[in-house]
Amino acid sequence: MSLMMKSSPHTKQNQSTASIMRWVILLCVPGLLVQSYFFGWGNLHNVLLCVVTAIASEAAILALRKRPISFFISDYSAILTGVLLGIALPPFAPWWVSVIATSFSIVFVKQLYGGLGYNPFNPAMAGYALVLISFPLAMTTTWSTPTSLQSEFPSITQTVQAIWEIESVPDGYTGATPLDVYKHEIGVGTQESVQADPIFGNYIALGWEWVNIAFLLGGLGLLVLRIIPWQTPVGVIAGIALPALIFSADADQAVPLSLHLFAGATMFGAFFIATDPVSSSTTPRGRLVFGFGIGLLTYIIRSFGAYPDAIAFAVLLMNFAAPLIDVYTQPRSYGHNKAKRGPKAKEKV
Amino acid sequence: MQERFTHKNQRTLYDFHGGIHPEENKWQSTQGAVQSVALPSTLIVPLQQHAGKPAKVLVNTGDSVLKGQLIAEADGVISANVHAPSSGIVREIAEHPIAHPSGLEANCIVIDTDGSDNWCELEQHVDYLNLPREQVLRIVRSSGISGMGGAGFPTDVKLHPANLKQLNTLIINGIECEPYITADDMLMRTYADEMLRGIEIMARLLEPKQVVLAIEDNKPHAFEAIQAALAEKRSHASASSPYEVELAVIPTKYPSGGEKQLIYVLTGLEVPSGGIPADIGIVCQNVATARAVYRAVRYGEPLISRITTLAGDRFEQPCNVEALLGTPISHLLAEFNCKPAKREKIIIGGPMMGYTIEQTDTPVVKTTNCILAPAEQELPNDEFAQACIRCGLCTEACPAELLPQQLYWFARSHEYEKAEHHNLFDCIECGACAYVCPSSIPLVQHYRHAKGEIKAKQLETEKSDRARVRFEARQERLERETKEKEAKRKARAEAAAKLQAEKQKQQAEAENNPEAATTKPAIDPKKAAIEAALARKAQTSPAVETPQASVEELKTALEKTEAKLEKMIDALEDAKANAPDNVAKLQRAVEKNQLRVNQAKQNLEKAVSSPSSTSPQVQAQKTVPPEAQTPEPKEETPQVDLSELKNNIEKAEAKLEKMRDALQDAQENAPDNVEKLQRAVTKNETRVKAAQTAYENALAANGGSNQA
Repeated sequence: MSLMMKSSPHTKQNQSTASIMRWVILLCVPGLLVQSYFFGWGNLHNVLLCVVTAIASEAAILALRKRPISFFISDYSAILTGVLLGIALPPFAPWWVSVIATSFSIVFVKQLYGGLGYNPFNPAMAGYALVLISFPLAMTTTWSTPTSLQSEFPSITQTVQAIWEIESVPDGYTGATPLDVYKHEIGVGTQESVQADPIFGNYIALGWEWVNIAFLLGGLGLLVLRIIPWQTPVGVIAGIALPALIFSADADQAVPLSLHLFAGATMFGAFFIATDPVSSSTTPRGRLVFGFGIGLLTYIIRSFGAYPDAIAFAVLLMNFAAPLIDVYTQPRSYGHNKAKRGPKAKEKV
Repeated sequence: MQERFTHKNQRTLYDFHGGIHPEENKWQSTQGAVQSVALPSTLIVPLQQHAGKPAKVLVNTGDSVLKGQLIAEADGVISANVHAPSSGIVREIAEHPIAHPSGLEANCIVIDTDGSDNWCELEQHVDYLNLPREQVLRIVRSSGISGMGGAGFPTDVKLHPANLKQLNTLIINGIECEPYITADDMLMRTYADEMLRGIEIMARLLEPKQVVLAIEDNKPHAFEAIQAALAEKRSHASASSPYEVELAVIPTKYPSGGEKQLIYVLTGLEVPSGGIPADIGIVCQNVATARAVYRAVRYGEPLISRITTLAGDRFEQPCNVEALLGTPISHLLAEFNCKPAKREKIIIGGPMMGYTIEQTDTPVVKTTNCILAPAEQELPNDEFAQACIRCGLCTEACPAELLPQQLYWFARSHEYEKAEHHNLFDCIECGACAYVCPSSIPLVQHYRHAKGEIKAKQLETEKSDRARVRFEARQERLERETKEKEAKRKARAEAAAKLQAEKQKQQAEAENNPEAATTKPAIDPKKAAIEAALARKAQTSPAVETPQASVEELKTALEKTEAKLEKMIDALEDAKANAPDNVAKLQRAVEKNQLRVNQAKQNLEKAVSSPSSTSPQVQAQKTVPPEAQTPEPKEETPQVDLSELKNNIEKAEAKLEKMRDALQDAQENAPDNVEKLQRAVTKNETRVKAAQTAYENALAANGGSNQA
């Protein structure tokens, strides 16, 4: 009798790539809901639009590549990219911005490099950066003012019509983000005068603070489930906080730490964007470096660049560096006195 | 149903990196006692059940053997004896499928058992603790004991490490961290006493500072049994044992039973990469090995059976059995009601590191600790592997602190150098990475393949390196020999030239003072003889000096022929050593030359005895002072010499021509000979050149004497 032959191990943990992706999507939901509560239906609509676009582009390119469509769609990675983009894009961004960003992410950044696992860049952030550079107007004037500051909570219809450019966005529904406002006005004012703007609310930045806290909680959930490594988010937060503490100590001169951490996309970026495993560093120490680099670059671009927020650029820049970081952050293996670091050639000499 | 218990350890424990907690599934097979197995009608005993070289067969087909009889002996140090597990008749010694990860076949001694299970005579030692250590080691070795935990390394080798003096700790491994396997657990429950005695024997051999018996906290029954046995031991002749066994209970985590991991857990020390535990003063032995050592030393029983776990849902009642080595697994499956369906697996070992077998008539061997027959849904076959998303779960799980996902990329893209740089060879193939991989990538398979490729490549490099060294050595030797020959030839030529000069001088002196010539010391006996003959001639016919010139020539001819003969003898020696085909030819040439030499000698004799008609003239010339010498006789003397040399050149050239023809012929017809002929041609070419040079030299010498 011939029996089944198989290589060890013969058992495995009940966790799949799909389940990891599903968990990430699920733990995005609290942040998304809080975001919608403070800024209207826009992001929910965008999430839906981006997910549909992502699935459609993925299916189309898989068909062209003659790959099994349902096998790859069911890994949830395309859906996750859609969700992340939908959350990241401005609530009133026109529909074509979402479609272009998402299809570029899936087709060019992911599938053309070989699909899941082979993309050197974070697909969602590459898509985001593309539309940010290409359509700066559409990307900067479509941020929603907190709904509590609007005359009324904008309805679904109003939102959809605005996004699909059937009607123009009602006046007063959009405005600059707190980070942007603070950065531009602190040059001519003091902390008090700048924060007199109602968009800063009672605490740090109206709405944004709760959105960040929600993403922080979701991210902690991912940590508890051991779906993301702790090194990356810790690195990102440290990378922003350390320079902010040192160089932005005077809130009358620069954007203070509180705004850096809770007014932009910091928590979302730290826990949900920078932790994309495929395009990040793979060594434990490397992930700390990778995260710190993202945080530091974010701080630098926010402080000295033209863009109010900078997670996307910071992530992409660090994606470039990830392979190099890996080379220099190999862990010390059991039985070795020290880690072998650096390229192979050096070792041989 | 995973039981845990707590125990206050004497030592601080360390936690190794990574590790996993798979479902243990150990309770199923620990419900009853260790069972015996009905004697199988056939035993298939592999010659290799251990790490190292296979044992050498000592029996023949048709021999009847007794239980415990040595049937194959260790071949070298890293090898182990093999004994007949029961009495019967050797049916055949043939290739048979064995339990091996690669599904290999290997030589096995197949025994038809006779049912009587008759033991051979065994050497018992009641006072086994007081035997000399050499004798204990000899017993362990002759009993064929090899590590029963899995690696199967010959136990006696580990019991006398090279650095015995530095040995610090003896660790007895009772961890058994793989799911399903309970063979060691049951052994500790059942034979705690025998195991402790075995540990005592090993401790006395190794003389460690501490003896630690480690078990996981999921074996409360084994723990109790050991505690009881320890208490019993202490209450007895307690003072006699200098080695107190420390019982350490460690948290259950896979793979804490791995030697390197266990050492770290207990001591915080790491075995250096590529080294062995003895390098840091530690020896690890398995609990079953300890018991086997006791049985061997106390009762003289060789290793012919072991406790094996029968586990998995396909067994009606999973349990542990004491199975004879060589028992076909099919026999165990039949005896314990296990009928695997098609497309199901039989795994030797546990689900993490075990390997599947293709045929169920594969035998139980010294390292078979578990036979796992899972139902299909129990250990489902792999799902289709997805792409690696570099999630890093494998890095977190790796107990060797490697970067499994990096190794995977390198292995897949055949970047083996990088894989080695990332410490591929520190991988212990525990399977923790593949266990946690969300993309179901068979990581360990990739590593095994990469390791195999690298080893194959290394072997190839070694082979070519050896060939290169050999080639270079040969080249060097040939060059050296050529140089030596050249130097010899030169020395000879110089000696000849010196002689010539001497003779000329002598001659001149003799002309001036004939008496002096005879008194000149002879340089060589032959020359002396000639000299003597010349002197005699001079005495008998003092006036006749004329033959001198022609005698001179003849002498030169003789010398030349002699030199040639010598060369030929050299060549003959050479040929004898290197090219036997040429020997006959060269032999003939030598003989011919010998004749020529004789001829030359005779000529010389003759010339010396019969004065030529030109002699008065010559004498007249010779008496003339050098300044007044006429060109006429000068030309005459060298002319003979030169013509002879010319002749030589012509002859050599003709020979060369012939050889070139032969070479051409050979190139067209017999490529085998080409090289040989080529060499001959080259040699002859040099000979022609030498002849030419000689000719030119002679010409120049003449010119020189002319000027003088």
